[in-house]
This record gives sequence, structure tokens and C-alpha cells, in this order.
Amino acid sequence: MTLLEGLTPVAATGLFPLAWLMIAIPLVVAGLLLLLGRVTDGFGHYVATLAPIASFVVAVALFAGLLGRPEAQRAVTVPMYTWIKTGSWTVEANLLIDPLSIVFALLVTGVGGLIHVYSIGYMAHDPGRRRFFAYLNLFIAAMLTLVLSDNYLVLFVGWEGVGLASYLLISFWQHKPTAATAGKKAFVVNRVGDLGMTMAIFTMLAMFGSSSFEAVNAGASKMSPFWVTLLGLLLLVGACGKSAQVPLQSWLLDAMEGPTPVSALIHAATMVTAGVYLVVRSHAVYAETSVAALAVAIVGTVTLLAGAWIGTSKDDIKKVLAGSTMSQIGYMMLAAGIGPTAYAFAIFHLLTHGFFKANMFLGAGSVMHGMADDVNMRHYGGLAKSMQITYWTFLMGYLAIIGTPFFSGFYSKDSIIEAAWEKQPVLGALALIAAGVTAFYMTRLMFMTFWSRKRWQEGVHPHESPAVMWVPLVLLAIPSVIAGMVMNSWIGGWLAPAVGGEVPVGVSWLPRVSVIGLVTLAVVIAGVLVAYLVFGRTSIPESVPYTRNVFTIMGRHDLYGDTFNEVVFMRPGEALTRGIVALDDGVVDGAVQGGASLALGLGGGLRRLQNGYVRSYGLTMVIGVIVVGLALVIGRLV
Amino acid sequence: MNPNYYVVLAAILFTIGIVGFLVRRNALVLFMSVELMLNACNLLLVSFSRVHGNLDGQAASFFVMVVAAAEVVVGLSIIVMIYRARHSANVDNENLLRY
Repeated sequence: MTLLEGLTPVAATGLFPLAWLMIAIPLVVAGLLLLLGRVTDGFGHYVATLAPIASFVVAVALFAGLLGRPEAQRAVTVPMYTWIKTGSWTVEANLLIDPLSIVFALLVTGVGGLIHVYSIGYMAHDPGRRRFFAYLNLFIAAMLTLVLSDNYLVLFVGWEGVGLASYLLISFWQHKPTAATAGKKAFVVNRVGDLGMTMAIFTMLAMFGSSSFEAVNAGASKMSPFWVTLLGLLLLVGACGKSAQVPLQSWLLDAMEGPTPVSALIHAATMVTAGVYLVVRSHAVYAETSVAALAVAIVGTVTLLAGAWIGTSKDDIKKVLAGSTMSQIGYMMLAAGIGPTAYAFAIFHLLTHGFFKANMFLGAGSVMHGMADDVNMRHYGGLAKSMQITYWTFLMGYLAIIGTPFFSGFYSKDSIIEAAWEKQPVLGALALIAAGVTAFYMTRLMFMTFWSRKRWQEGVHPHESPAVMWVPLVLLAIPSVIAGMVMNSWIGGWLAPAVGGEVPVGVSWLPRVSVIGLVTLAVVIAGVLVAYLVFGRTSIPESVPYTRNVFTIMGRHDLYGDTFNEVVFMRPGEALTRGIVALDDGVVDGAVQGGASLALGLGGGLRRLQNGYVRSYGLTMVIGVIVVGLALVIGRLV
Repeated sequence: MNPNYYVVLAAILFTIGIVGFLVRRNALVLFMSVELMLNACNLLLVSFSRVHGNLDGQAASFFVMVVAAAEVVVGLSIIVMIYRARHSANVDNENLLRY
């Protein structure tokens, strides 16, 4: 367990003090684009595209710097400034560059940069293009703050920053009521997760007087079982909200209302994986509490099944990919819940998923671009010929996600299934089944979009997208294919010191032949075959066919997630509100207004005494005097 | 000295004053009734001053007289003004200050 202690950060030297530039460049560009306004309409998107690329260059330089260091010194703290200093609390806004954060920084800036380039083409005719790029840069800055911070409080700043950027971008086309509502929904559901996150940070501050990773890692083993379990569960709630895990999954499908590059960058490749990052970063906490770790694994498994299930029934290409994203993040959570042996697999799958899912989302955007922004796959078909580059790049993503041998997803997903099988056979079996379902729904997507006969609507003439859009597709397709082979033997050892895992031995670029690996492959082939039998041989109806199949009906309704929320939270909430309003109107207002009416009535009655007749006043005085006199006399007598 | 007669006389005077104040309508008569009540009080003050053998009561009665005189000055002038305006000193007509 000595490796669980992790790395002790060393002071920054060389290039490392410049790490803040990664965050500052996109942030400044976002600010400039938003503040300068229309002046930057003409060139703003180019500047905004250069910003993440510049950050990427810095990240590569730092990555090279880390590679050049001995393993024990691969965690560098870059002091920035003291953020809060009050009483006995000091919160330093420091950056932590370690093997975990730097791969995230590379993913965010690398994939983010490509998506910026793609967006130049995708958003070319949008009147809000400058605003769009400003928000994208804001997102990059916030996401980098999230992953580079060395304590949970500054992490939370980035956490909320990406939430804000996500909200702004989901409802980017705010003139569409569905988009505005979807943004609001994402915001509200994320607040539930943030509640867990803030409570977790409060717990840390109360227990350790600090929220830095170092203090929490060191203190976790000294906590009582109750508190450490609570902390683990609270962090899980936070992770569920951000990563769209059951039961806080409902916002992700609606989030597809945003522009497609946003879905690719924020709701597939980077932001939604922040929950996985959080769990892996808090590995010291989960090492102390098997309950919370098991909860993480169960949440992951439930989500990976639910996401795959939803993916099988949707006709909206983006929603299929969104269900698939939920499902793949479920795999990562499952791996993160299994513990030290699988942390590296969680991050490995996160990286490969970042490549192939961004690739497929951008591919879906390219298809939509050619199909007049139609997202209904029942109107596609036969696009393999008319959009060849999109097709081939998408095919690479497809082969990667279903786990074709030698493609990237194969290495990362099979590692997770194997690790799950060893530690939690039940969860492993479910993950195995989901691999088959994944193959099924992705093959369905391929048939409906690229392979079957044409079902194009009138007036739609599919065409390949411009180079500014297909070049990023090609650049993302390459890692979709090779990332697994390249990283398989390296990633475990690289991440081990940072995530407290064990350095794996005997891993090479060649896939390891194991029983479970072969079974997985068989299940995947079965999934593809079933999809071929159902969708490949018969023609696909253009309208949604009637079905009695309970699974399909449930899938089409997102497994009734919204209905559940509506029945369990919204309706009782409304009833409670109505009750409180009635209470306020009846009891509180009743008391206040009743008191006022009483005073009014009394005053109205007493007013009658002021009749203006002097005699009457005189009589009143006489009676008063007599009463007082009698009282005095009786007082004497008694 | 036996103050009984004086007390009874003062009581009779005071009662006449009250009844007069309550039943009559002419402002001048009301005024006289008030004076009657004040003088009944003065009579009591002076009588008991004598009984107790000190001058406190008599001094107090002077104050009452002075205040009564001042009050008459103000009151009569108000009555004169009302009479000039409305050609009547009937207090029941002067009932504008009411709800």
C-alpha cells in the first residue's frame, strides 16, 4: 500500500512556473471577445481557436518536462497566490502538474483545439459565432482550472465554471424554447450534484482545516469510518451530477440541444468526465471506504446499462451518442469504483473515449451539416458514398467504441471489464452484457446513417463538409485507432504514482489473450450480428414503427427518468408549494389581515363615541369619575 | 368647627353644576354650571383648610380662581365668536367635531 501515499509535490522550476498561461490565455481571449463586442466579429473566432492551441503547446512542454523527471518528482506545485486568508484558514490558489492532471490538460486543450477548428466551419453562418467562441474559450479555461488545481476549493471554481459554460452553450440558440429549457434543466440537475460537492468540501474543511489534495490524501486514513464513507458518498453525488450518472442523468440527453461541437467537447469528451477525474483524484478517500467505492462501481454499472439501453431506442443521432456517452462514462465510473488496480483504466478509457466520441460527435455534426440540420436517422441512409471522409472517420470511431481488436476502445474497455470481472463478478458480467448492447446500438446507428438505402427528405442533398471540418475529423480518427496501442503499455505506469495504483507488468501493445477477453469479443460480435439481422437485412421505416416491445418503449422514453423526476420530485414539490402558498394565504395572511380588520372594526365602533355633543362627553367624564370614586370607596371598605 | 354643613353645601352646589352642565344647552349656562362646580370645590378647599388649621387649601383655592378667570376669558370670547357666526349659543348645534 505504500504506493497509495502518492507523490509529494516538489517546487516548480524551469518551464513549470508558466503553467498558469494555459488557463490565462483562453480566459483572456474569452473576456476580450465578450467585452470588445462586434469589433472582433471578423477575426474573433481565429483568435479563439489559437487560444486552446497555445495552451496545448504549453501543456506539451510541461508534459515533456514531466517525462524528463525521475518518477518520484513528477508532481509539481506551481504557487500562484493566496486566495483566502482568514483566521486559521489559508487557501492557496496553486496549480498541481502531475501525471494525472497533465493528461487531462493535454486532452482538454488538444481535443478542444481540434473542436475549435471544426467550429470555424460548423458555425460559419451563425450570427452568434463570436459569442459561441468566447463561451468555448471560457469552458477551456474553466476546465483547465478544474483539472490543474491542487485543492478542492479551486477545483470547485473550475467545476462551476464548466457548469456555467455548459449552461450557456446548451442554451446557445436561446430563441428555441427547447434549448433554453434544456440549459435550465442541466443547470438545475447540476445544482443537486453541486450540493454533494459543496458538502464534501465543507467536510474536508471541518476535518482537515484544508481542502488541498495533499491534506485530504494524508488525512483520509485517519478519519473515522463514518466520516470517510460520508465524504466518499458526497463526492459521488457531485460526480453523478457532472458526469450524468444515474440518478442525475436526465440532463445529458436534453443537452444535445446545444450546437454539435459543444456536444462533442463538453458533453462527450471533457466536462462530463470531470466526475471520473474527481473520483480518481480522491482515491485516498475511496481506499478507506469500501462502501463508497462499491457505490461508485454500482452507479457506474447502472449508468452503463441505462445509457446503452437508451442508445438502442433513439432515432436522434445525437441522442444515441449521448446515451452512449453516459454508458461509456459508466464504464469509467465502474473502473474508478473497483479501486487501485483500475484507476489507470478509468483514465485510459476516458482518454480513448475522449478521442473516439469527439470524433463521432463531430462526424454526426458533419452529417447534420450535409443533411440540412436534420438529426433523425430515419431520414439518413446511404451516406457512406456521399460523405466519404465523414464515413471513414466515423467508422474508425465506431470500430473503437465497440472494441474491435487493436482499436483504442478495445484496450481500455476490455481492461475495465477484466478488472471488474476479477473484483466484482456481478458488475463485470453486467459490463460484459453492455459491451454487446454497445455493439448493437452503434451498428444500428451505422446501418441507419451510412449503410442502408437512401431515405432522404425532399430537397436534401448530402455533401461532404469543408476541409476545416473534415481535417479535425481525420486528426481525431487517428488517435481513435492507435491511442490504445500507443498508451496500453505506458499509461498504467505513468499514472500509478498519481492515482495510487500498482505499476502493471507484462503489458505491451499486443492485446493480452484471456478467457474474458475472448468472451467479450464474442459478445461484441453477437451484438453486431443481431443488429445486422434486425437493421441490415430489412429496410428501415421512415416513420417510427409501432412496437409492443417493452424495452424499446422504455428506451424511447429515456427509461422514464424524466417521468420519475416528475412524479417523485416535481409533483410533490408543486403540492408542497401549493400547500405553503395556501398556508401563507390562509394562516399568515389571515392572521395579519384578521388583526387589521379587528382593529378597523373596533376603531369603527369606538368612533361612534365621538358624537360632537359636549353633554355626552361631560356625561362620560361624570360616569368615569363615579366609577373611580366608587372603586376608591370600595377599596377603603374592603 | 364642624365641616359637615359646608361639605353638604359643596356637594349640593357641585351636583347642581353637573346636572346643569348635562341638561342645559345654552353655552353661557353651561359656563355658569362649570363655575358652580369650581366654587363648590373652592368651598371644600377653604373649609378643610380651616379644619386642618393651615393655609394650603386657601392658597389652592386662589389658584383655582385664577385659572377659572383665565378660562372664562378664553371661553367667553369663543362663545362670542360662535354667537356672531351662527346667531345661537346652543351647544347642540356646535357638533361639527365628530366622526
